Amino acid sequence: MSSVAQKKGFGAQVWDYLTTVDHKKIAIMYLAAGTLFFAIAGLEALFMRFQLMFPESTFVSAGTFNQLLTMHGTTMLFLAATPLLFAFMNAIVPLQIGARDVAFPFLNSLGFWLFFLGAVFLHLSFFMGGAPDAGWTSYASLSLYSPGHGIDFYVLGLQISGAGTLISGINFIVTIITMRAPGMTFMRMPLFTWTSLVSSTLILFAFPPLTVGLFLMLVDRMFGANFFDHTMGGNTIIWEHLFWIFGHPEVYILVLPAFGLFSEIIPVFARKRLFGYSSMVFATILIGFLGFMVWAHHMFTTGLGATANAIFAVATMTIAVPTGMKVFNWILTIWGGSIKVTVPMLYALGFIPSFVAGGVTGVMQAAAPLDYQLHDSYFIVAHFHYVIVGGIVTALFGAAHFYWPIMFNRALNEKLGVLTFWIFFIGFHLTFFLQHFLGLMGMPRRVFTYMGDQGWDLFNLISTIGAAMMGVGVILLVLNVLISIKSEPLNRRDYWGDGRSLEWALETPLPFYNFKQTPLVRGYDPYWIEKQEGNKEGMVYAEPVGDIHMPNNSILPLIMSIGTFIAAFGALYSPWGDQAIAGTADSVSPGLSVGLIVLGLGITVGAMIARSLKDDLGYHVHVAEIEAIEKDLAQYRATGKKGGNK
Amino acid sequence: MAHDTHFEARSQVQQEYYRKENAAKMRSQVTQFAIMILLTLVAFASAVADFAPNFVKPFVLLLAGVQVVQQLYAFMHMEDKKAYHIGVISFFMWGGALIAFTFFLCFLTIIWW
Ligand code: HEM
Ligand SMILES: [Cu+2]
Repeated sequence: MSSVAQKKGFGAQVWDYLTTVDHKKIAIMYLAAGTLFFAIAGLEALFMRFQLMFPESTFVSAGTFNQLLTMHGTTMLFLAATPLLFAFMNAIVPLQIGARDVAFPFLNSLGFWLFFLGAVFLHLSFFMGGAPDAGWTSYASLSLYSPGHGIDFYVLGLQISGAGTLISGINFIVTIITMRAPGMTFMRMPLFTWTSLVSSTLILFAFPPLTVGLFLMLVDRMFGANFFDHTMGGNTIIWEHLFWIFGHPEVYILVLPAFGLFSEIIPVFARKRLFGYSSMVFATILIGFLGFMVWAHHMFTTGLGATANAIFAVATMTIAVPTGMKVFNWILTIWGGSIKVTVPMLYALGFIPSFVAGGVTGVMQAAAPLDYQLHDSYFIVAHFHYVIVGGIVTALFGAAHFYWPIMFNRALNEKLGVLTFWIFFIGFHLTFFLQHFLGLMGMPRRVFTYMGDQGWDLFNLISTIGAAMMGVGVILLVLNVLISIKSEPLNRRDYWGDGRSLEWALETPLPFYNFKQTPLVRGYDPYWIEKQEGNKEGMVYAEPVGDIHMPNNSILPLIMSIGTFIAAFGALYSPWGDQAIAGTADSVSPGLSVGLIVLGLGITVGAMIARSLKDDLGYHVHVAEIEAIEKDLAQYRATGKKGGNK
Repeated sequence: MAHDTHFEARSQVQQEYYRKENAAKMRSQVTQFAIMILLTLVAFASAVADFAPNFVKPFVLLLAGVQVVQQLYAFMHMEDKKAYHIGVISFFMWGGALIAFTFFLCFLTIIWW
């Protein structure tokens, strides 16, 4: 059973990943899948920027541009940022709270496969008649009339991957609440765990409105219903409400874990305790709560009326208060610290001003009268890229450098990392800073081209050059990852030398059960406390060495997800859809359509029944095995050689 | 990791205690169920009796609210103060209800379609 000792064949390795329920391996799958979709969406962005480099360019057609635009936004938010954050949550949160896995390892795997197959489904649209083309917001007044199957792919793909996200969110809530080691009270939890908890809670409350909206859109488009069709007594604005009731919390779902990652990085490299811990926790919760009260700021110009606009404007501006608290706390953590500017710290230092710039433009947009001017212009594009790239992407890149030693027992190259940072960071500001002014000069967003000599030409050109630099930065980061594969294993704990929380107390490579004995947490920053007291093991234990109970691997999550994937095709080619009836989209016979749906859902439900009827009690790793594994690991760390095969 | 099958041997005293407690719980569930049926009857009656709509609508909604609380506390066991993490569970239930309530309030008051 030893995890390091065995060399497996390729097939066995693949099978291992298909069936794994280990949070560390699921983290790696999220990381790989998220990076893949990040690269695809990045490429789409580059195509758009090349089209906009010069006025009246014909690099891509208007229709293709709309598809690129939609797929870029949808993919980046749902299929790149979300899984990449889940990768770090999976890899780090159980270690931070002293757990051997998440609360529901089976659901963890199910969450991943639903996300992945939903994402694959969405991307098949490129090869099956065209991608969705109504923007990532897919407003019903536009998307209901989009010919072909693009929007159907969007609706069904997001429905499937959204279910995966919801499942993962619930899993993290339960994990963080119930699986903390003895002594890890709520107010001793590291900030990344806290933000993961709040963010998962937002997922729990925000994804159901999206699911409802997508379902109504599904029956509208594919089964002849009329929820959003005003000519048939429906109401097209309801989609916008449902979407934004989900959509605004979604941006906080993404940015809160990013805040958490920086709250881990900054104290380590300022070599100082996080300033204002309890106010950080409070601000996180407050942001999470307020995030639900502001959705209509995306709809100021739909004509909600002055009262609604005023109330939502004020509510939106209040979010700036807890956000500001956080920014000041980060600055005061750095202030007076003995600062080490490593690559993760560089990203943190770049993050603070960039994110603040995005927050300031956010408050500007929150002023409803001004938003009539800014709405649907490039100013908005600049705003959300400042918060998303400046806040989330920098966090992901910084955290990759920061946590690579724990996740892979290898370090990413510092020099290359610094170079990557500067190229990416400068490229980012070149791309988006000028877009504020493009917006103020009147350039609308989501246009495939523009006329020359309106004063927009130079800024668009510079913006495209910046985008290319960002592309180079990403390629360098991927290169860095590839180089690290060939580098020496680290075989140590506390790679940065100044780790504070529990995950740094563990020696890499980790055994699959993470903790030989459950640790006892004696205060905030437990590893720091133990280091101060000269504890060479990095932690004290809450229990003697005993049998460890671990979950069994299972292929069922993948089978369940494949079932939904098949059913989605049945719905997609439904003969009852408006487009199918109008002859603008191909369809299959009623029998085949219903047959596919029944077959697919049958597979899913069958797998669920199998799971429920057959008790899977997991297995125990006995003390003798634990000791053998620990010995193997120790020998591997000391000599670099894999031990005897047990 | 909570998959261990749990066998326990009960002493005579324990057995009696559990039996008594189960009987008490059953009684309270049946009572709650009776109250729910009664409330439903009252709701139907107030509608059938042709009272003013301005009375019937809020009244029926109120009765529905009471039944939601009964459902949560009596049948879904939120009344069990000793249950694992019951505080967190209540917080999530009522937090979610509060957020959903603000949506409805908002649609009924400031957003006018
Ligand atoms: C102080 C904080 C913030 C405020 C006051 C704010 C305010 C706003 C407002 C008023 C809009 C709508 C503008 C319009 O369409 O006319 C907007 C759009 C947007 N914001 Fe923010 N925002 C803030 C932070 C964030 C954060 C942290 C994120 C993401 C991590 C974010 C992501 C977005 C996105 C994606 C859009 C555009 C959605 C679309 O139309 O496609 N914002 N923001
Ligand atoms: Cu918003």
